[in-house]
Amino acid sequence: MSPPLLEAESLAKSYGGVAAVRGVSFSLAAGEILALIGPNGAGKSTCFGLLGGQVKPDAGTVRLSGQDITGAPPRRLFRLGVGRTFQIAATFASMSVRENVAVALLSHHRALARPFGRATHPHHAETDTLLDLVGLADQAGRASGELAYGDIKRLELALALANAPRLLLMDEPTAGMASGERIALMRLVARLARERNMGILFTEHDMDVVFEHADRVLVLDRGSLIAQGPPAAIRADAQVRVIYLGTGLTFAGDADA
Amino acid sequence: MDFFVAQFLTGLASACSLFLVASGLSIIFGVTRIVNFAHGAFYMLGAYVAYSLTERFSGALGFWAALVCAAALVAVLGVAMEILLLRRIYRAPELFQLLATFGVTLMVEDLVVLVFGPEDLLGPRAPGLKGAVDILGQAIPAYDLFLVALGPLVLGAIWLAFHNTRWGILVRAATQDRDMVAALGVNQKWLFTSVFALGVFLAALGGALQLPREAVNHAMDLKIIVEVFVVVVIGGLGSVTGAFLAAVLVCELNAFGVLVLPQVSLVLVFAVMALVLVLRPYGLLGRPDGAARPAIGTFITPWRPFTARERMLVAALIALVALLPLGAGVYVLSVAAEIAIFVLFAASLHFLMGAGGLPSFGHAAYFGLGAYGAAFALKLAGLSMAGAILLGPLLGLAGAVLFGWFCVRLSGVYSAMLTLAFAQIAWAVAFQWVGVTGGDNGLLGIWPQGFAATPAGFYWLALALAIMGVAALRTLIFSPFGYALRAARDNAARAEALGIDRHRIQWAAFALAGLFAAVAGALFAFLKGSVFPDTLGIPLSVDALAMVLLGGVETISGGVVGAIAYKLLSIWLMSETVHSKLVLGAVIVTLVVAFPHGIGGAFTRLRDRLGGAAA
Repeated sequence: MSPPLLEAESLAKSYGGVAAVRGVSFSLAAGEILALIGPNGAGKSTCFGLLGGQVKPDAGTVRLSGQDITGAPPRRLFRLGVGRTFQIAATFASMSVRENVAVALLSHHRALARPFGRATHPHHAETDTLLDLVGLADQAGRASGELAYGDIKRLELALALANAPRLLLMDEPTAGMASGERIALMRLVARLARERNMGILFTEHDMDVVFEHADRVLVLDRGSLIAQGPPAAIRADAQVRVIYLGTGLTFAGDADA
Repeated sequence: MDFFVAQFLTGLASACSLFLVASGLSIIFGVTRIVNFAHGAFYMLGAYVAYSLTERFSGALGFWAALVCAAALVAVLGVAMEILLLRRIYRAPELFQLLATFGVTLMVEDLVVLVFGPEDLLGPRAPGLKGAVDILGQAIPAYDLFLVALGPLVLGAIWLAFHNTRWGILVRAATQDRDMVAALGVNQKWLFTSVFALGVFLAALGGALQLPREAVNHAMDLKIIVEVFVVVVIGGLGSVTGAFLAAVLVCELNAFGVLVLPQVSLVLVFAVMALVLVLRPYGLLGRPDGAARPAIGTFITPWRPFTARERMLVAALIALVALLPLGAGVYVLSVAAEIAIFVLFAASLHFLMGAGGLPSFGHAAYFGLGAYGAAFALKLAGLSMAGAILLGPLLGLAGAVLFGWFCVRLSGVYSAMLTLAFAQIAWAVAFQWVGVTGGDNGLLGIWPQGFAATPAGFYWLALALAIMGVAALRTLIFSPFGYALRAARDNAARAEALGIDRHRIQWAAFALAGLFAAVAGALFAFLKGSVFPDTLGIPLSVDALAMVLLGGVETISGGVVGAIAYKLLSIWLMSETVHSKLVLGAVIVTLVVAFPHGIGGAFTRLRDRLGGAAA
C-alpha cells in the first residue's frame, strides 16, 4: 500500500515553556479535504507553520508521500509540490496581478534566475488559465497593492496553484472575505481537489465552510488533538462541544481530560 | 602585566564617552525608531560649547558647571531639531530620517568652523584631577580613573530612571511597542521630544567630557558616529546595558589591538562587529524588531519599461549629451565625465535599494575597491587602461561577494549598519596597508591612454560605460531575476513559499550592484589620475545614498535623476560658496521634507495627475 500524501507523527513545538503543539499525529490522503479546527490559541497556526516549513518542530516527523520533510524550508516544499496560502494573504504588492502570477510560474518552470528577457513574456497562456480559474482575468493589469482583500485572497490562491501542487495548505483561506465570496472560493477549492486528486489541509473559523466541504475534521485544543473524524461525528462529539460552547454542568466531569 | 593593567584602564576610560554617546543614540532609536546620524554632530557641539564655557567660567566649580551647561545647551538644540525637522518625517522610511539628520550633520560641520574657527582647540585640564595615580608602577591619569567610575554610574542612573520613574516606564514601554503606548493615551510627541533631549544631552556630555583628553576639532563627529554605530549594533539597538558592554568591548579591542596587531587595529573592531552580528543578528542584548516597517521601495504603482515614445526621447537625450564635446571646454567635459560616473554609481545603489530593498550605508566600498583594482591592474600587473577597466572591477565584485553574504542575512537597520562597517574595514585596510595602497598618499599616475587620453575621448568612454551599465541594470530589473528580487523584497514569506531562495537571490543582487559600482570606481580612478582611501569613505557612501533618495527609490530612474541633480548641485555650490556643506546640508533637509518621494517620485505623481486629467 502506498504511504499517505501527508503524514504527521508526534509533532511538538514549545515557545519558551508554553507548549503550542504537543504530540500531534494525523494523516491526509490524496484528494482528501481535511479541516483543522479549534478555538483561538489552540495551536492551529503553529501546526501550519510546522507543516509548511516556516517553524521548526522540537520533536516529531512530517512525511510527504513517505518522504521525510521535517523542517524542510518552504522553498523545498514548493519543489515537492506543496502549495501554501497564509492567514494574512501574502502577495507581491509592487507588482500587477499578472506579474504576481508570472513570478510564481517562472519559479515553477525554474526560469527565475535568468538575468535577461522580459519576465512577463513566457507562460502567457498558463497565466491566463490560472487567472481565469480564480476569476481575476479582468483585473490582470491592476496593481495587486490596490485590490480589495477578497481579490488578494483569490490572487494568493492562484499563486499557490502555480506549481500544480499535490498538497495545498490553506491557513484560514476565507478569513476577511464576504460570505458570497467565501462560498465561491471554497467550492472552487473543493472542485480542484476532486478533479486533480489534490490533498487539502485547511484551518477555518467558519463552521459552515468546514462542515460543507471537509471530508474529515481534526480538532485541536491547547496544542493536543482531541478528536478527529467525519463532520457528523465531530458535530456530535461531547468534548468538542465543551471546548466550543464551554463547560455546562453535564460535561463537568470530562472537561479536564 | 602592569602595562596591560594600565592599557586596560585607558580602554575603560575611553569607553565612558563612547558609552554616553551610544546610549543616547540607542535610547532615541528604541523609542522613535530614528537612526540619528546627527548624534556625532551633537557630541562635537558638546565639546565645542564646553570649551567656550570653560573659557568664561572660572574656578573648579566653573569647569564642571561648564560641562553640564554645555550638554544642556546642546540638548536644547537637539530638541529644536526634533520639533522642527523630525516631527515632520516620523512616518517616512528610516533612510529618510537618516538622510535628514545627515544633512544636519553637514550643516553643523560648516557652522562649527564658522563660529569656532578651523583650528584644533585644546581645553583645560580638569581641576582637582590634573595629576596621575600610581597603580602597579604605572602612572594613570586621575581624570581617566574618574571616567572609569563615571561610566557605570551613568549606566546605573539611567537604569534607575527607567525602572523607578513614570517617564522611564513609558520609555521602556514605547521601546517595546510604541503603538500600544499611543493607544493607551500617552502623548507620543512629548515622549519622543523628551527622549530626544535625554539622548542628545548624553551625547553632548560625552563630547564635553573628552575636553581634557583630546583636542576639539571639526572632524570629531564622523569619527565618533562610526564607532557609535558599531557599539549600538554590537550591543543591540535600544539596549542601554548592551551599549555599555559593547563600548567597553570596542575600547578594549582598540587599546589592545594596537599592541597586538598595529597594522590592522582598525579592522579588528569591525571584524568583531561582523562576527557578533552573524552569531546574534540583533546584537548582544538586542531584541528582534517586532513591528517591521515596510521595506523601502514598496509602493503600489508597478514599474513598467519605457514606451516607444519614451525610448525615442531617451535616445534623443543621449545623442544630445554625446555631442557635448563639440561645444564644451576641458573643465566642463571633466565635470560631465564625473557626472556620468556617478550616474552609474548611483544607479547601482538604486538597483540594490530600490529593486532589492537592501539599503546600504557603505556602497562606496565597492566603488573604491573598483578604483583600487584598476590602479593595481595598471601599476602592479602592468595592464593597459582597457585591461584595468575590465579587470579592476573584479576586486569590487570580490568585495561585494564576501561582504554581501553577511549583509543579506540581517534585516533593516542592522544590515545597513553592517554595510557601513564593511566599508570602514575596506577603508581601514586601504589607509593602513601603506606598502600596497600607499596609505594616505594614495596611488598616483593612473592616466587614461589612447583615444581616452583627450578630455573628449574620456568623456565619451565614461558616457558609453555609464549608458551601458544603466541599460544593463534596467534589463535586470525587468528580467525574471529582477522580479524574483522584488518578490523577495515585497514579501519574504510568500517568496520562500514560491521556491525563491531569498538569501541567494539577494546575494547575487548585492554582488551585481557591487560590480557596477566598481566599474564606476575604475573610471573614477582614471578621471582623477589617482586613487585615495577617500574613494571608500563614508562621505562618498552617503553621497550615493543622497543621490538615490533625492531621485526617488520608488522611481525606476531615481538613481540616474538623483545623481545628475545632486552632482550638479554640489559642484555648483562648491564654486559659488566656501560654505558648500552648510548649503548642501540645508538643501538635503529641505528636499527630504518637501519631496519625501524624491524628484522622480514627484515627477511621476505629476505625470499621473496630468495623464489622469487628460484621459
